[in-house]
Amino acid sequence: MLTRESLLNWAMIAALLIVPLAAWTLDEPFIITLATKAAILALAGVGLNIALGLGGLISLGHAAFFGIGGYAMGILAAHAQNYEPLFEWPFLFEGSNQMPLIWLVAVVFSALAALVIGALSLRTSGVYFIMITLAFGQMLYYFAISWSAYGGEDGLSIWVRNEFPGLNTLDPIQFFAIAYVILCLALVFAARLARSPFGLALAAARQNEDRVQAVGLTPFTLRLTAFVISGAITGLAGALFADLNRFVSPTMLSWHTSGEIMIFVILGGVGRLYGPVAGAALYILLEHLLGGISDYWQIFLGVLLLLIVLFARGGLIGAIAGREKAHG
Amino acid sequence: MTYILVLEQILNGLQLGMMLFLMAAGLTLVFGVMGLINLAHGSLYMVGAFAAAAVAGWTGSFLLALIASLAAAAAAGALMELVVIRRLYRRDHLDQVLATFALILIFSEGTRWLFGSFPLFLDVPSYLSGPVSLPGGIQYPLYRLTIILIGLAIAAGLFLLIARTRIGIQIRAGEADREMIAALGVDISKLYTLVFALGAALAGLAGALVGAIQSVQVGMGEPVLILAFVVIVIGGIGSIKGALAGALLVGMTDTLGGVFLPQLFTLFMDPASAASAGASLASMLIYILMAAILLVRPSGLYGGSA
Repeated sequence: MLTRESLLNWAMIAALLIVPLAAWTLDEPFIITLATKAAILALAGVGLNIALGLGGLISLGHAAFFGIGGYAMGILAAHAQNYEPLFEWPFLFEGSNQMPLIWLVAVVFSALAALVIGALSLRTSGVYFIMITLAFGQMLYYFAISWSAYGGEDGLSIWVRNEFPGLNTLDPIQFFAIAYVILCLALVFAARLARSPFGLALAAARQNEDRVQAVGLTPFTLRLTAFVISGAITGLAGALFADLNRFVSPTMLSWHTSGEIMIFVILGGVGRLYGPVAGAALYILLEHLLGGISDYWQIFLGVLLLLIVLFARGGLIGAIAGREKAHG
Repeated sequence: MTYILVLEQILNGLQLGMMLFLMAAGLTLVFGVMGLINLAHGSLYMVGAFAAAAVAGWTGSFLLALIASLAAAAAAGALMELVVIRRLYRRDHLDQVLATFALILIFSEGTRWLFGSFPLFLDVPSYLSGPVSLPGGIQYPLYRLTIILIGLAIAAGLFLLIARTRIGIQIRAGEADREMIAALGVDISKLYTLVFALGAALAGLAGALVGAIQSVQVGMGEPVLILAFVVIVIGGIGSIKGALAGALLVGMTDTLGGVFLPQLFTLFMDPASAASAGASLASMLIYILMAAILLVRPSGLYGGSA
């Protein structure tokens, strides 16, 4: 059945495709890049939303996974471009400039980090969980700053965007297509996950932990699994984001990034599957429009966010599509 | 590596710990009494530092600057509570995180707009500058010693306030059962504003005191805020005693780790890689400490069942 929300979802995902296509025919590469950025940030938000919207886990440390994805790209590509082997044992590995391999490494390492951070943080809940995820995120941030082998505070640049078999990634519209397809796949995955037995159990653990335990499920395992999936998707977004900029720096790991990823989810609407798409697109639009008016545009962002939190809790989708269900 | 160096670093750790305590005390009080997580506490630290730098620039008096930092941060805190924070007490933590993150954006960019992006400088007054000789032949900066003493005095004052005064009784009662003390005729919303402003004033004072050692700039509150979070997670959220213990533990670990880990690593590494590996590990040390404490006590050293 087509509800207002699902119509709106289709409209958004179509708009995100049509705008860059129109820009492509009008030869406006900058707009394509903005749309690519929106798609990648939305992907990061889709990742966070699995923990936040579905699992009710308020992670203020997702920049850690975003940054790990970014550094996976930066480190592999830097070794490949400088012809310095990353390691020689047990086999010679010279780094890589192939996106699929980079994505795989980004996903594996951010999932591992999410497993460790999640296993420690999920021993607690509520405010403790928020502060601990924040603290672990900052730990990686300071580690990246002091890690001089990979640029330290200055970050790591690569000269040429990494390659994808059969495509020219330096062409903005082709790189956009990659980001867009991955975003769509992630949305399909998130939708199926939410309806799967696992997703239902996870949502139930958010609503009533005791009952979930009473039917023989372990909330800790459910949440940890969700946290790992969530971290892995955000890590993949980080690898793409670093490739978009051809640059990775500790800023990707800073807690402001965690806050921003959370803003994408909230601007759109918590627990709404397409919330991050709406939120990231709105954020990019605001950054572009207000940033042109004033250097201090984040004041307006702050005021808008405050108003949404205080008075319009459904976010953008909630404002347009109404309160169908507050949480997925 | 002499024992004088060790003692000096212990004093530095104590000084950092005292500053963290001033930050953490407000955070943990606000959480304990109102159940609110306030990310914008670092902004109040920044407000205090900027107010002090501005007043010191106009009047040249450090004492007036400190008073200004207390007043400005308390006023900003009270305003923040009246306009935004009091709408959040009944909301879930996610709304609190987002709204206070929004406040950070507003405060940071607003301060940048008013004062510009360049750091301001707040000078240590002449009567507090220079070293002082301590028993045992240690030369230690008088200003840092003053910070330690101010921190100790405030810690003692806070304990007395909570344990012995009428307001302290109301605060503790508010932690235990807010409906009950409202029923007993205490104006709970006034009490909340007061507690919030008190925490804000302490944060502002910490900002001003540290501002004279480091520079006063936008965003200066955030690293301290995150350290203060680590402090109250270690100490147990809501506990002043825990905040003091956590602050000293974090202050000591961070300072001593930063100095001695690189030296420790030279025992089995060449100096260059020992310096970088030691520095990397030292930057992560307090988080490792936090993780270790949480493994043993998930609700912190002095935490109840949170």
